[in-house]
Amino acid sequence: MASPDLIMYDEEFQLIKEIISRLRVEANAKIVFLVDKNGQQIAANGDLESVDTTSLASLTAGNVAATDGLARLIGEKEFTILFHEGEKDNIHISIVGQRVILVVIFDDRSSLGLVRLRVRKASMELEKVFQDLLKKVELEKSNLASGFESPFAEITDEDIDNLFSE
Amino acid sequence: MTFINYAAREINCKIVFYGPGLGGKTTNLQYIYDRTNANSKGKLISLATETDRTLFFDFLPLDLGTVRGFRTRFHLYTVPGQVFYDASRKLILKGVDGVVFVADSQRARAESNVESLQNLDKNLKEQGYDLAVVPYVLQFNKRDLPTAMPADEMYQQLNIKGEPTFEAVAPQGVGVFETLKAVAKLVLLELKKK
Repeated sequence: MASPDLIMYDEEFQLIKEIISRLRVEANAKIVFLVDKNGQQIAANGDLESVDTTSLASLTAGNVAATDGLARLIGEKEFTILFHEGEKDNIHISIVGQRVILVVIFDDRSSLGLVRLRVRKASMELEKVFQDLLKKVELEKSNLASGFESPFAEITDEDIDNLFSE
Repeated sequence: MTFINYAAREINCKIVFYGPGLGGKTTNLQYIYDRTNANSKGKLISLATETDRTLFFDFLPLDLGTVRGFRTRFHLYTVPGQVFYDASRKLILKGVDGVVFVADSQRARAESNVESLQNLDKNLKEQGYDLAVVPYVLQFNKRDLPTAMPADEMYQQLNIKGEPTFEAVAPQGVGVFETLKAVAKLVLLELKKK
């Protein structure tokens, strides 16, 4: 298949949550969230009640994908930062390790300069976590080959039929 | 590309509805949205033109319940069917776990179906997927129209690998959930192999 599945374990998940929580505080932002390039939300922190994060994740990924397409059209590899300025709220979008998207939503209590500065530091930390995660997934896969059972190995037709029984 | 979160005990899968323009891809999503209870669905997002033609994509997140202790979340996308939106279609196929091809049963659209299917095959290849391998379901939509071709004839034209095939009338919901269920099943069974 094109790209390997993204698998998240507890240890890395906690690390990621810590990093984005810290980023939100240090950047004085309203919301920080992390999305996979395919539109799956990975983690989020902040005032999440006020927004539909699932939609936000999907539209962000669409936005990044379209911008990537534009970049390639003019001969760029990618645009690593996107910034949308609104009347009150702004969205700062950046790509971490070519794989995940870091989104920061902030208002006039913060500034673009501060957000950029803090995002840079957090991105490096996140990149490291994702590298470790990929290594771990590879390791698990080799364990799988040597007899480790996936929790989904036992999925039955009945399990799936039950999902649609309501 | 399935996203399995062991920490949150969630599986996230992406399903794309593909097919020629005005074939009923968005209508499939709209029906699923209308008939799913509020707790298990998110917002239906449509990036459409003023005349309701899909411009970039429609998106519907669905929560189907738990399998083996994991919450299963399906993200349903449609692509814009019109030929000239090919760049957008390629983007949406990124990371796809399962594809539904919505074919238009009207005889006048027979060629468009074949053209769109070839386009799907080509775009999947560009993303590193193989239509022969990827979980895939075929739907013949608009069966209620007087100009609909016989299903057998459509099957001969469009069948790729003996994929599950459904006859549908999307605005009335005929065949819509059957199609969704079949593709969800194929996607989840694919997880077994990994």
